[in-house]
Amino acid sequence: MSTDEDLYRTMRLIRRFEERAIELVHSGEIVGGIHPYIGQEAIAAGVCAALRDDDVITSTHRGHGHVLAKGSDPVRMLAELTGRSTGLNKGRGGSMHAADFSKGIYGANGIVGAGGAIATGAAWAAVKEGSDRVAVSFFGDGAVNQGVLLETFNLAALWRLPVLFVCENNGYATTLTIEQGVAGSITARAAAFGMPAVTVDGADARAVRDAAAEAVARGRAGGGPSFLECTAYRFDAHHTWEHKARVRYRADEEVAAGRSRDPLDVQGARLPEGARAAIDAEVEAVLTEAVAFALDSPAPDPAGALDHLYATGLRGRNGIGLFEGVR
Amino acid sequence: MARLSYLKALQRALADEMARDERVCVLGEDIGVGVNNVTTGLLAKHGPQRVVDTPLSEQAFTSFATGAALAGLRPVIEFQIPSLLFLVFEQIANQAHKFSLMTGGQAKVPVTYFVPGSGSRSGWAGQHSDHPYGLFAHVGVKTVVPATPEDAYGLFLTAIRDDDPVVLFAPAGSLGVRADVDMDALGPVPLGVGRVHREGADVTVVAVGHLVQAALDVAEQLSDQISVEVFDPRTLYPFDWAGLAASVNKTGRLVVVDDSNRMCGIGAEILAVAAEEMRLAVPPRRVTRPDGAVLPFARELDLAVQPQRDQLLTAVQEVYKSSR
Ligand SMILES: Cc1ncc(C[n+]2csc(CCOP(=O)(O)OP(=O)(O)O)c2C)c(N)n1
Repeated sequence: MSTDEDLYRTMRLIRRFEERAIELVHSGEIVGGIHPYIGQEAIAAGVCAALRDDDVITSTHRGHGHVLAKGSDPVRMLAELTGRSTGLNKGRGGSMHAADFSKGIYGANGIVGAGGAIATGAAWAAVKEGSDRVAVSFFGDGAVNQGVLLETFNLAALWRLPVLFVCENNGYATTLTIEQGVAGSITARAAAFGMPAVTVDGADARAVRDAAAEAVARGRAGGGPSFLECTAYRFDAHHTWEHKARVRYRADEEVAAGRSRDPLDVQGARLPEGARAAIDAEVEAVLTEAVAFALDSPAPDPAGALDHLYATGLRGRNGIGLFEGVR
Repeated sequence: MARLSYLKALQRALADEMARDERVCVLGEDIGVGVNNVTTGLLAKHGPQRVVDTPLSEQAFTSFATGAALAGLRPVIEFQIPSLLFLVFEQIANQAHKFSLMTGGQAKVPVTYFVPGSGSRSGWAGQHSDHPYGLFAHVGVKTVVPATPEDAYGLFLTAIRDDDPVVLFAPAGSLGVRADVDMDALGPVPLGVGRVHREGADVTVVAVGHLVQAALDVAEQLSDQISVEVFDPRTLYPFDWAGLAASVNKTGRLVVVDDSNRMCGIGAEILAVAAEEMRLAVPPRRVTRPDGAVLPFARELDLAVQPQRDQLLTAVQEVYKSSR
């Protein structure tokens, strides 16, 4: 079982990774921007603390925390965000598609609600091969209105598959509030399919870990899917370009109140004297290395822009005449 | 030689592949009893863990298959009707197809999406009669449309063994086609290799799916006046451009017959590539459904929208007569 230090270390890693990534967005090294996970770290850290390396996760457009918590190398992850050939996905995925199959990470996903069915299919494959692996699908409160996710709850419950659905309810889907977007309660939707569904404080990594561990144990033992709603507050904008759009949808007081309960402080307070500072220093060193590695790494060769398009290596035509004697 | 129907060939291909490779499983609606006759007998043989009757949840089970494939299985999905592919375009074009590139080659998604009965099935009207193969070819999903029993067998086998997602359309108009085949010679047919069903010197007719039979009829009918070569691409993506070039560079004349919509259809692409890269003596023609067509119900209307043999015949004659 993960210790308080482990949980804090993961959260601190996610926090500093994101802060450094935001700097790189502002300096133009990361093109396109990112969806910061700051404020929600306890969820990724808590859930992934209950998982093994060979368990599968699917993530979201706000995926850095999940990928890091599941064990991906932050150095190669940052190289991915900066579009380098040394990145996890060789610079082909970027922030919204970061994936690491060696750690069971089937990828962040740019389509809201898309990962649920993929995770559930992976859970099915695990059962068929006789293993006790489980799969976890992370998604936001906006995703619970996607039909495919609701269809997926049915399949998972019907076939008693070892999948854990983790809804990170940060109260907003971009600018749409939960009150504007979700009829009824989120857990009631899951419960309607006959799976256990509970709500936990997503700022408390221990609480998340314990709830996830129970659900994962049930899944491994053949008890079918579970649903975990984690309440949270997104500290920053939906996306790093939000300020350019000059949209306002959260009152300053609300943001201040949301930020006042920082999950890192909640967990940090549980550490013995001196431990927090030591972990912070350790994480800082990793990120300094990550930034240097990302910036020193080569950009991919444009000639290989469509490498990996097909697993079989099929090559399409480039729009240039192929046949002899023509052009 | 034995008589083999197209439908039986599909059934046999799936049965053989499931027996050969236990990672192959099949998912779909009402496949346990085999309402489309392709999965008949498989449930009894392999059980419900490999022959999975799904709820009516196309979007979920399509990406479910992606997840299972990422985890090492080789799922085949049977779709009851071709227009269900519109429902799962996100799951195929935007998820399954993009996984390999977006992950830098970490992932492969060997799923086969299979539509036994694509195009018009008399009287099924607007929402059951499309041939959406051009959409998949456009986004680069491997797209297969066999025309004969042996190709149906061989291409289905290849699709299942392929490490990328593949959509296989079995045109409704082909399901009843029968041929004398040497059962022992049945085997995989590679993707991207077309087939010349009939050699000719004057006009190349490219025919897709069930229209291969129509093209052969027309070629026969015109045989005393015009020598028609019938080229069946068999796979629309990847397309056998070299095979087509060999034919067109010989005949210099091209007609495409394709039972899908004209605007941005596969016929348009074939004409464009031929115009850009092959030696055409005269402007090419295509016989297709009209722009943006929706198939009407009444028999007369349905037929008025689908490409007909006499239209093809006229097009071949006109192309043959025309000169620059
Ligand atoms: C199916 C779909 N619809 C819309 C979008 C555009 N979009 C990206 S993130 C987002 C909000 C998602 O909200 P939520 O699921 O609550 O996650 P959060 O951003 O709060 O983490 C939207 C609308 C999308 N990517 N996919």
